[in-house]
Amino acid sequence: MLDLTYEAPKPKVIAGAKSDWELVIGMEIHAQVASNSKLFSGASTQVGAEPNSNVAFVDAAMPGMLPVINEFCVAQAVRSGLGLKAQINLRSAFDRKNYFYPDLPQGYQISQLYHPIVGEGEVLVELAPGVARLVRIERIHLEQDAGKSIHDMDPTMSFVDFNRTGVALMEIVSRPDIRGPEEAAAYVAKLRQILRYLGTCDGNMQNGNLRADVNVSVCRPGQYEKYQATQDFGHLGTRCEIKNMNSLRFIQAAIDYEARRQIAILEDGGKVVQETRLYDPDKGETRSMRSKEEAHDYRYFPCPDLLPLEIEQAWVDDIAASMPELPDAKKARFMGDFGLTDYDANVLTAELEAAAFFEAVARGRDGKIAANWVINELFGRLNKESKSIAESPVSVGQLGGLLDLLASGEITGKMGKELFEILWTEGGDPAEVAAARGMKQVTDTGAIEKALDDLIAANPAQVEKARVNAKLAGWFTGQVLKATGGKANPAVVNEMVAKKLGL
Amino acid sequence: MSAPMSNANTWTIAAAREALRKGEISAVDLTMACLTAIDAGDGLNAFVHKTPEIALEQARAADARLAAGDAPSMCGIPLGIKDLFCTKGVPSQAASNILRGFRPEYESTVTTRLFDAGAVMLGKLNMDEFAMGSSNETSTYGNAVSPWRRGNDTTALTPGGSSGGSAAAVAADLCLAATGTDTGGSIRQPAAFTGIVGIKPTYGRVSRWGIVAFASSLDQAGPMTKTVRDAAIFLQAMAGHDPKDSTSADLPVPDFEAALTGDIRGKKIGIPREYRLDGIPAEIDALWQRGIEMLRDAGAEIVDISLPHTKYALPAYYVIAPAEASSNLARYDGVRYGHRATLSAGEGIVDMYEKTRAEGFGKEVQRRVMIGTYVLSAGFYDAYYNRARKVRALIKRDFELAFAAGIDSILTPATPSAAFGLGEMASADPVEMYLNDVFTVTVNLAGLPGISVPVGLDAKGLPLGLQLIGRPWEEGDLLNHAYVLERAAGFVSKPAKWW
Repeated sequence: MLDLTYEAPKPKVIAGAKSDWELVIGMEIHAQVASNSKLFSGASTQVGAEPNSNVAFVDAAMPGMLPVINEFCVAQAVRSGLGLKAQINLRSAFDRKNYFYPDLPQGYQISQLYHPIVGEGEVLVELAPGVARLVRIERIHLEQDAGKSIHDMDPTMSFVDFNRTGVALMEIVSRPDIRGPEEAAAYVAKLRQILRYLGTCDGNMQNGNLRADVNVSVCRPGQYEKYQATQDFGHLGTRCEIKNMNSLRFIQAAIDYEARRQIAILEDGGKVVQETRLYDPDKGETRSMRSKEEAHDYRYFPCPDLLPLEIEQAWVDDIAASMPELPDAKKARFMGDFGLTDYDANVLTAELEAAAFFEAVARGRDGKIAANWVINELFGRLNKESKSIAESPVSVGQLGGLLDLLASGEITGKMGKELFEILWTEGGDPAEVAAARGMKQVTDTGAIEKALDDLIAANPAQVEKARVNAKLAGWFTGQVLKATGGKANPAVVNEMVAKKLGL
Repeated sequence: MSAPMSNANTWTIAAAREALRKGEISAVDLTMACLTAIDAGDGLNAFVHKTPEIALEQARAADARLAAGDAPSMCGIPLGIKDLFCTKGVPSQAASNILRGFRPEYESTVTTRLFDAGAVMLGKLNMDEFAMGSSNETSTYGNAVSPWRRGNDTTALTPGGSSGGSAAAVAADLCLAATGTDTGGSIRQPAAFTGIVGIKPTYGRVSRWGIVAFASSLDQAGPMTKTVRDAAIFLQAMAGHDPKDSTSADLPVPDFEAALTGDIRGKKIGIPREYRLDGIPAEIDALWQRGIEMLRDAGAEIVDISLPHTKYALPAYYVIAPAEASSNLARYDGVRYGHRATLSAGEGIVDMYEKTRAEGFGKEVQRRVMIGTYVLSAGFYDAYYNRARKVRALIKRDFELAFAAGIDSILTPATPSAAFGLGEMASADPVEMYLNDVFTVTVNLAGLPGISVPVGLDAKGLPLGLQLIGRPWEEGDLLNHAYVLERAAGFVSKPAKWW
């Protein structure tokens, strides 16, 4: 395996009116656990069901109903923790976070404040070839999602849909190690990639399947290093939390806006007030949601309906043994095994299914050529038609067969692209299609010779010119290729032209 | 011989079981005897929802099982069910206005098990609202009344609380036995006040699924019966692991009735000196002393023990229980079921919460929700809730040390007094009412089994009980100790019928 070494990127610096400022960002990612049923009930997690059809008695907080932990959700959290090289806590516990809201039937969310299931880990966020930020993970805890309030169905009433109530979430909390808007987006993308590789979160951000709370503060150059040396937050600025971001683009825009807002306050001699803010994508600005003083008092206390969650090391080991290859390892292996560039390896490992497709095509073939075809032809075409790799009309076998025809010289690159088009639209076996459509390269020198002889006989003037200036012989090659419909091997034709014209 | 049918409601479970199996009475006739007694007992306000149709249907099914020779111990036994238990299709309101009209779509694990064992439900029993109270006076249905009176004095007395309706119904022979629940003494105190037996099992022995929660880490259901043997038979049918309750213990349930050998020779009975409180009536002390003598006479070794953190139990309990309650009762918000306040134009969700809960909850429930909210608040959490949890751990440790030193069970008074008059505590400080739980809350905090056994009458003719506290999961032993006490005490008094 290739050993990839990285250097840390420079933090984003924003020039204020009076001095330079650096950004410090920490994130809380809420990732919906991929599971069929909810964290504490057997109700389905299926999206798009009729409102209030996936609701168990306990989800609706009927009197006397009790939560029972879903073992699969616990396994998913452990798997995610292992994927982030994190400490797995064999003993964790659930707490109640109390607040009133109609979409929270119990009047509390069951979460893990004091004893999370996953402790410290890390994520390597690559920003350019050889440049990556190592973001420390503080913890991952399991908690219940809330339901959905609907305010726009009736002018005088609000409605609630409890289908999402009690669905398992993983809250993944980072340290304030992220130093700019691009890094923040790259961090979310990398986390999403890892979770998708692990199969622990679908990562569909538009559906709110993965959403981020972003903590932003600014400080003068040098302060962050003091924080890193001491882990004393006193060296950093006051932070604001931007809630519920579900787009990488908006995350970047919101951080940029928020940092500039804070800088303007500070340079005016003001103080940043710690508060929760919301990003308005239409106006491109953040605005105050509630201040620290208005913050809820959640009255956390241990949930008395659940015993502490105890898991065994052997169970964790079983999960560890079933872990898939993760993106960093796969990328390194692709670069090593297939001689790919950093860029191509990134593209090909972005999604697990695509990586598997490439690997199947590339195995036993020229990796670089396979990469070119998968990236340029296949991905290009898929993107154009908004199809996923699973929906690709061209299979691994078909693309592999096409590459084999190219490698053996039976078809030209030009023909290959036409063949790809036919396979995409009509399907079929590449070798059979190439043969049936007469796409195979003409290596039969007799046919080429006849075509060349005809040309020479019909164009004596051109022959003379070429004999004087050898560069003009290329005209004959081109005409032969045209006459054979692109099937002739250009190298063979060149050789014959030179011989016939006595060059 | 054939027992007079009209008195069948006065039978014990054990006697009825035998008569049913011998065919001396049918489950339907036994049930009819109880239904008749219930209708005649309206003045006690014990049953708040009568379910005669269900009862007779279950009785007919029980008779079929009896005829087929498939008759578990509880088959055909008519019971009253505390209103805190969710019973499918039957009003289950926890004696609260906020659950007025609530009929669950599900059946609690306890009642499911009882019904599976052939038991018959006569109806739902009165209680303090959300099991918060020691006198039954916080009930939205109005209080139940004890069938007992102070001699010829007609002052209405409390049956105790919170399982006051259960206690009144069993003591007045409206049913053979009843379910109760006990968070700080809610089975044992009313049992003591009404001259019956009540056991709170080890926390985790009986499933909490389908029982309206008061304080989840303390709540435990148990039987309220006329005899210790009945308690053993009844508990057997209720107990056992339930995968739907994460705090339910996955342990086998031993044969409790078989444990009633009457032999406690060589057993060590602890007498905790911290339970000798100043200001406790001399009668209670004398009763306790008599209990000690009875057990000694039966061959047990009496050992003075110390449970040094006892005096902190009541304050710790009145932090932990309200804290959990404040969270458990948050779900009663008017959004999905139960009472919802009528709103005026322009009022929003916060108004709906405030009005609904102000109208739905009684004063005592409101008080405890506010106390609980307060002790969990930022800045107060460590001073109250966390400290109470530490006290709780110390109280538990006191018991563990006593048991580790070889103590088999602990004998204490069940209550600091006999039943008091309804309304007598109306103007008292709430803490005075809370003092009723002084001997019982330690048991809940430590998760131990505790049983109240009637041992004598006070000078005014009211029942007094003693409490035995057992080792965790050793309800069999505990019942046997209680059985010895019961036989030695020979308590046979019944309230004179006035209702």
